[in-house]
Amino acid sequence: MAVKVLIPTPLRPHAGGRAAAEFQANSVAEALRNLTTEFADLKKHLFTEEGKLRSFVNVYVNGEDIRYLTHENTPTKDGDTINIIPSIAGGASRLVGVTAASEREQHG
Amino acid sequence: MNISDSPKVFISAELAEKIRLHGVETYPHECCGALLGRESTNTHATARPREILDLFPLINRRDDSPRNRFSITPRDVIEADRSAQARGLDVVGWYHSHPDHPAKPSEYDREHAWPWYSYIIVSVHERIPQDMTSWRLRDDRAAYTQENIEIRREPCNT
Repeated sequence: MAVKVLIPTPLRPHAGGRAAAEFQANSVAEALRNLTTEFADLKKHLFTEEGKLRSFVNVYVNGEDIRYLTHENTPTKDGDTINIIPSIAGGASRLVGVTAASEREQHG
Repeated sequence: MNISDSPKVFISAELAEKIRLHGVETYPHECCGALLGRESTNTHATARPREILDLFPLINRRDDSPRNRFSITPRDVIEADRSAQARGLDVVGWYHSHPDHPAKPSEYDREHAWPWYSYIIVSVHERIPQDMTSWRLRDDRAAYTQENIEIRREPCNT
């Protein structure tokens, strides 16, 4: 038995194509640390450079949002399911740099 | 990366028009919704073409700043996923409008983007839809790669 972490579709290419992974973990923080140790490419998408969970990354333990529990300190036990669910945000403001290919395309 | 290497996104003229009309309908607020479709599995993994076969229009939850922001809640994301699965499809990306602003991703868009998804942006200027573009976050999160939108008269499989 272990804690099961469900991986959302956009992150699966960075997790060996897997939809779920199991870890021994006593807290959400430990489970996410194990997840990003096994799949290092996930780290920058889940956490900011300061090591905080990104605002659009939503984490649920057995269906409960950890924001209403004790955030990443929420304890976990064998058989628990951690679900990572995206929220999507954006909107017009100032422009960002795009890759050379798309610059050429726009001006070409 | 050459333009020819840019990922391709296929969409029917009808669905492209629906995205534009959604942007007109919600103007001057941003519209948003999910792109339901399929990704081809028989080409290079980093630039697989996608086909958008349906849309799942959503309500912009940013009622504090809907003119230049949109928000899709986790509950909406689950609904969109369920809707896609019921059709045998996946959520392959998201669309939103930029009212009176170019169809280019903002810094805010990039900071909040997920990898892998296609992000379609339609510019709507004074209620008239303008350019429609599609973008994918680079794996290093530093910038976007623009995708080539190919409009098809009829949907067909990639």
